[in-house]
Amino acid sequence: MKRSNEPFFWALFSGGGMLAALVLPALAFVLWIAAPLGWVELPPPAALAALVAHPLARLAVFALVTLSLFHWGHRFRYTLYDGLQLSHLYGLIATICYGGAAALSLAAAVVLWRLG
Amino acid sequence: MSAGYKLYHPKWHRRRMPIFWWLGKLAYTRFIARELTSLGVAYAALLLVVQVWALGRGEEAYGRLQEALASVPAVLVHTLLLAALLFHSFTWLSLAPRALVVRLGRRRLPDALVLAAHYLAWIAASAAVVWLLLSAGGGGAA
Repeated sequence: MKRSNEPFFWALFSGGGMLAALVLPALAFVLWIAAPLGWVELPPPAALAALVAHPLARLAVFALVTLSLFHWGHRFRYTLYDGLQLSHLYGLIATICYGGAAALSLAAAVVLWRLG
Repeated sequence: MSAGYKLYHPKWHRRRMPIFWWLGKLAYTRFIARELTSLGVAYAALLLVVQVWALGRGEEAYGRLQEALASVPAVLVHTLLLAALLFHSFTWLSLAPRALVVRLGRRRLPDALVLAAHYLAWIAASAAVVWLLLSAGGGGAA
């Protein structure tokens, strides 16, 4: 019998869900609402670039991005199955969701690798 | 197998649900809305990567992105994004006591305590994010 890969993807979904719940609202508020509206002033680009170029920061961003993407992949997959009644496209949807998350994670890794 | 034989086919006896079955009842709509917050989570992750990428490209690329982010449509979309992310956080963290059963000896830690710990962690993580972003390089905004 083939072993299920469900626990593996569920772990990624769960880790991503927790990390996203803890840090994304604050990140989104500061970077994409408060700073553009001028409520807060972000440090100059050079200082921000130095901050994200730090190996620990890169690792943290990579973990956040990858887990968030797999969180999406897993949750969205089941939303399509149940919400839109597409369970007959089982394999295709799983491939698109997890494949998309994997491809975008790889792109994120390249961006982070090339920094600084 | 003879030509006339048909395999047992349970699908034929299944009633088809309408595609928008989840709009009829508030609890169902909430459930689908919660599941759809995952789109916001993925979008936020990607936008973060784009911003890091622009930072790496240099001040000009970064400046252009900052300008785009300050446009009215962008701020409106990101306000919706924040609402979705907050909905994700509240629904996710409020399920924590059911996902995590903490036992001390023979006693089970009360749900309220597990819940409070998760919300405290949320506050601490948010404060850390704000501090990190605004104090980078030492001389950020006060």
